[in-house]
Order: sequence, then structure tokens, then C-alpha cells
Amino acid sequence: MPEPRDSAIMGRADGWTRAAAAVLVALYALAAGAPFFAPYSAGSMDRAHFYHPPQRLHWRDAHGGLHARPFVYALRLADSSEWRYAEDPDRPEPLRFGVRGERYTILPGVSSDVHLYGVEEGRVYLLGADAFGRDVWSRLVLGSRVSLGVGLAGIAISFSLGLALGGLAGYLGGWVDALVMRLCEVLLSLPGLYLVIALRSAFPPTMPGGRAYLMIVVILAVLGWAALARVVRGLVRAQRGLDYVLAAEALGASRWRVLVRHILPNTLSYVIVAATIAIPGYILGEVFLSFLGAGVQEPAASWGNMLGQARSLRVLLSFPWLLAAPAAAIFTAVMAFNVLGDGLRDALDPRGRQGGKAR
Amino acid sequence: MRTFLIRRLLQTIPVLLGVSALTFLLMQLAPGDFVTLVGQNPGIDAATLDSMRHRFGLDQPWYVQYLLYLRNLAFHLDFGESLTRHQPVFHVLREALGNTLILALASALVTWGLAIPFGVWAAARRGRAADRVVSVLAAFGLAIPELLSGLFLLLLAAHTGWFPVGGMRSPGWDQMSTLARLSDLARHLVLPAIVVGSVPLAARLRQMRASMLDVLSLDYITAARARGVPERDVLFRHALRNALNPMISLFGLTLGALVSGSFIAEVVFSWPGLGRVTVEALLAEDPYLVMGALLMSTVVLAAGNVAGDVLLRIADPRLRDA
Repeated sequence: MPEPRDSAIMGRADGWTRAAAAVLVALYALAAGAPFFAPYSAGSMDRAHFYHPPQRLHWRDAHGGLHARPFVYALRLADSSEWRYAEDPDRPEPLRFGVRGERYTILPGVSSDVHLYGVEEGRVYLLGADAFGRDVWSRLVLGSRVSLGVGLAGIAISFSLGLALGGLAGYLGGWVDALVMRLCEVLLSLPGLYLVIALRSAFPPTMPGGRAYLMIVVILAVLGWAALARVVRGLVRAQRGLDYVLAAEALGASRWRVLVRHILPNTLSYVIVAATIAIPGYILGEVFLSFLGAGVQEPAASWGNMLGQARSLRVLLSFPWLLAAPAAAIFTAVMAFNVLGDGLRDALDPRGRQGGKAR
Repeated sequence: MRTFLIRRLLQTIPVLLGVSALTFLLMQLAPGDFVTLVGQNPGIDAATLDSMRHRFGLDQPWYVQYLLYLRNLAFHLDFGESLTRHQPVFHVLREALGNTLILALASALVTWGLAIPFGVWAAARRGRAADRVVSVLAAFGLAIPELLSGLFLLLLAAHTGWFPVGGMRSPGWDQMSTLARLSDLARHLVLPAIVVGSVPLAARLRQMRASMLDVLSLDYITAARARGVPERDVLFRHALRNALNPMISLFGLTLGALVSGSFIAEVVFSWPGLGRVTVEALLAEDPYLVMGALLMSTVVLAAGNVAGDVLLRIADPRLRDA
């Protein structure tokens, strides 16, 4: 194997690409530690706080006194038919860090009840609450596990399928090549979202959380491997006649070994770029299915079903934070992957970038 | 040309066979067989069930069923019965496809109506601020997922009341004059067409700009400028016509994608097109309708691609004998 190329790629990447990578690291860190960063669990309802708006953080109270730690004012229901709330200036509630709350298990065997922040009395809603009084921020971080996880799991499966099938097609040629490529062509000439819905209809209409998650990953991977397989096949074909391949073959390496140990590693950097560019499609696939109510189902949270809550006009008009929060999360993740993918592609092929600029 | 057309049509056969096999397989995999599905749905009468059983050989082995399925598709355009709408799937799809095409045309109008003038403008101001602003804005528009841009425009419509919040027709459509109907339709079209049309906008704009720059570097443009032709005439009378030529073939190549491109906007704006019908069919467990929509959209996509290739050959004589 030549020098580790990926660090070389990042070394040549520009500021935007690095920033995008940093954003993604932060998002995945939030997802990994979600139960800690979320003050409440995804299903934790509060009947007294339906459609509670986002609370403002204050440093200075109504009498002009400055506080050492930020606090929120407890809200009381001002109009119960319209779900309007007003701040109660007599009840400042300081934000505490490292408070004890609901127990959660972050890794198998590792559990805790310490949350990043919280309040001692009542509940705190920094991003507001939804129709069941569930904290939007908590659901956003907990939902990111699903929405961001689908991207990685889906790409991992398509990536493996694409490498294996594309590699075999490119290296063996002949009928294997013909078969795999015809299959790819058929898949790629179907209209994507219609195919997603058709595949979805082969599963039961409602499924428990874990199974639904798996189903979405399978649907998106079935859809996505063909494009990657085509890329891999082209790259492998280009490598097939090169000296190092002939040398490995002459030394008696088996065909499988030549493909897996020698050829595929050389295509990896291109394939990683192709995969990075493909990830937003997977994230949006989950979002779309859950938005329709055909993906991850309540009470489990995902960015898609959170966005789905914001579909009605009443919600759009009166409780806009229910649209803004998941939309901002989705936009950030998709943008970051797009910028990262483009940046890696440019870093990998500087000529392509110059050509792009000249045009 | 004729042999090309025949060859091109023959090439679509594996795709159509593949998609028909896939839809058939998915219907076999779907939870519960047809008879139990119908049993859960009291709206279906026994006569429809009998007719379906006979037409699709539902009591026969699967290979007979598949052959019957193919025969019905190919010779009778029989996609089965919609279980929730109580009419043949083909009728439902035909109407939905018409609505989708209306939206697709409107969004193509948005894309090209913006891409051509702004592409020319960016090319004329190459390297200056205007050029950069146009390309940054277009790239930004490209990056926003349609689901989000759609919901935000819906929010805007709900707040301002400038546009209807979804749907295709206002109540009272039946009493309207033709003119009122057209303007009503146009008002419903604006937002979804913007959402759909802005997706390919950045790419088309870049291509238009590149094509224009290619033409502007040719000798005859230099000659025109040297003769003192005003810059406006150089751009729009001399350069634009030649720069549009590659765009025509590009338009052909994107014909097919027009139909599948409006899926998300249809769902967000309740536009009664093929995408929305498909989603409703999924949620209402109407398998023949879901599969019919996949088949129909695949056929339209394939037909669009063939038409695009033909258009390409007409526009570019160099390809004709190849």
C-alpha cells in the first residue's frame, strides 16, 4: 500500500472543507452522546406544556440584577385555547449543568443519569416543545442518532456491495461484468423515489423502531449500490492491465487476493469521495420516508418525523420552531457532507478543480 | 434515423422487463396476499374481486401470474384495480400523469427562463462581482433539499396569503370561466414550480455560461466587435443563437428526469400528480396503484430519454450517421 492517502487529501483540503469536516465531527459527537446532551428522553411528555415556545436565556433579571449563571423564566399558559405562553418574571429558573435526571444507557453496560444541563424545578425548553410537550432539543439530538446513523449504515452496505460487485465485474469481465452492469443499468434507469415507495410497500405499514431503521437502510442500500458499483468497475478495469497487477498474478496470487489486497485498495480514495457525496442522499431518504409517516415512527424521534410534525398549516403558522429546528439540523448535515465531498474531490483531483474554475 | 430509433427503443426492453419483474416480485413479498387485503377492505365488492382473480390468475402458480401480469400490461394497459379509489389503476395514473406533466413543464420554464438570461449575464460579466454572485446563489439553491425549500415556501404562502397553500384548484373551479381557471392554475403552480425548477438551475446556469463563453471567444464575435456592433447586439443577436444550440440537446437529455423531479414538491404542495398518488397509495395500502405508478414513471422516464436522444440527433447533424 502506498502512503495513507486520506490524510494526504485532508492536508490539501481548503478551509471550507476542514470546517465542514469539523461540523460533521461535532454532529456525530452529539449523536454519540445524545442521551447526555439531551435533558429528557425522546418520549418524555409533559401534559402541562403542549406547544411550549423556546425559552430565552437571560443573564439579567427584571430588577436589573446580574446573575452568575444564565437562567430562564418559567412560562405560564396565558391562553389555553391558542397555546400561548407568557414569561413569569417571579420564577427565574437557573440553568444547572450536570444535573441528575432520567437514567440512560449510552453503551451496553455504561449507564448514567447525569445530563449536560437542566433545571431544578419544572422543565426547560431551549428549542421549544412539540404537540405532546416533548422537548424539541432532546428529540433533535436523539433523532440525529437515527438520521445521521442511516447515512453511515446505508453507505456502509452500498459501499461493500458496490466494491464487491463492481470489483468482480471490472476484474473478471465476461458474463459477470455483463450481468452486473445490466442490473446496474436497470436500477439506475428507474425513477428513484417511486422505487423507494415501491420497495417500502413490500414491508408492513408499521414497524417497531429498530426494524424500521433496518428497513430504511436496506431500501436505501438496494437503491444506492448500483452507482458505486459502476464507479468501482471503471476504476478496476483501468487498473487491470497495470504492472503491479501482472506482477501479483505472476507471483501466483489468487484472483480474489489480487482484487481485494491489490486492486481495490488503489481505488479506495476515489470510492470514499464518491461515498461522501452520496451520503446526503441517504439522510434525505430517511427524512423523506419518516416525513411521510412511513419510516421511523413516533414516539421514537428522527429528523424526518419531526419535520413531518410541521406539515400542518396550523403548526407552520403558530409554532414555527417545530419546522425550524429539524430543518436547520437537516440543512447543516446535508450542506456539511456536500462541502466535504466537493472539497475531497477537488483535493484528490486538482486538475478537475482548475478546469471547473476556468469554465 | 429510423434504425437508430428502433435500436434505441429495443434498448429499453430490458429495463421494462426488469421493472415489471421487480414490481411483480414486490407484490408477492408484500405483507398479506391480495385476498386478505381485500378482506380488510369492505369497500371492495365481490364482483371486482372475481374479475381481478380471473384477469391476474390469482389462484394460479406464480409464473402463470407473472405471464398474465405482463400480458395485461402490454396488451390491455391493465395495471389492475385500485383498491382505495375503486377504479382501474390506469385511469388514476393517466389523470395524475397529466397533472405531473403540467408541473414539470412549469418548472422547466422556471429553470430555463432563469438559466438562459442569467447565464448570458454571468458570461458577459465574467470574473466580476455579478458573475460570482450569480454562481454562488445558484449553488446555494442547489444545496437546499426540496423538502425544506418546499416547506419554507409553504410557510411563506401561509403567512402572506399571496399564494394558495397547496392543491391544484380553488374551490369553485367548476363555475369559473376559462380565463379564471388558467389564472387559478397558474397561482397554484408558482410555488411548486419554483421548488422543482430551482434544483437543476445551478447546473443549467453553469452550462449556459460556459457555452456562452465558448462562443464569445470565437473569431466572428471579435470581428463583430471590431466592426463596432453594439455589445447588446453582439450578445443577443450574434452569440446567443449559437450558444443555445448545445442547450437544446441538454434540454432533450433532461426530458425524462422532469417527471420524477417533481415527486417531493407534489407531496409538500398536495399537487395531485403521480408522486402524490404514489404516496397516498402507499399509506392506504393500495399495492396495484403503487406498482402501477412505478411502472408508469419508468416508462415515461425511458420515453423521455429516447425523445431526448432523438432531439439531440436532430439538433446536431454530426451525430446523425454515427
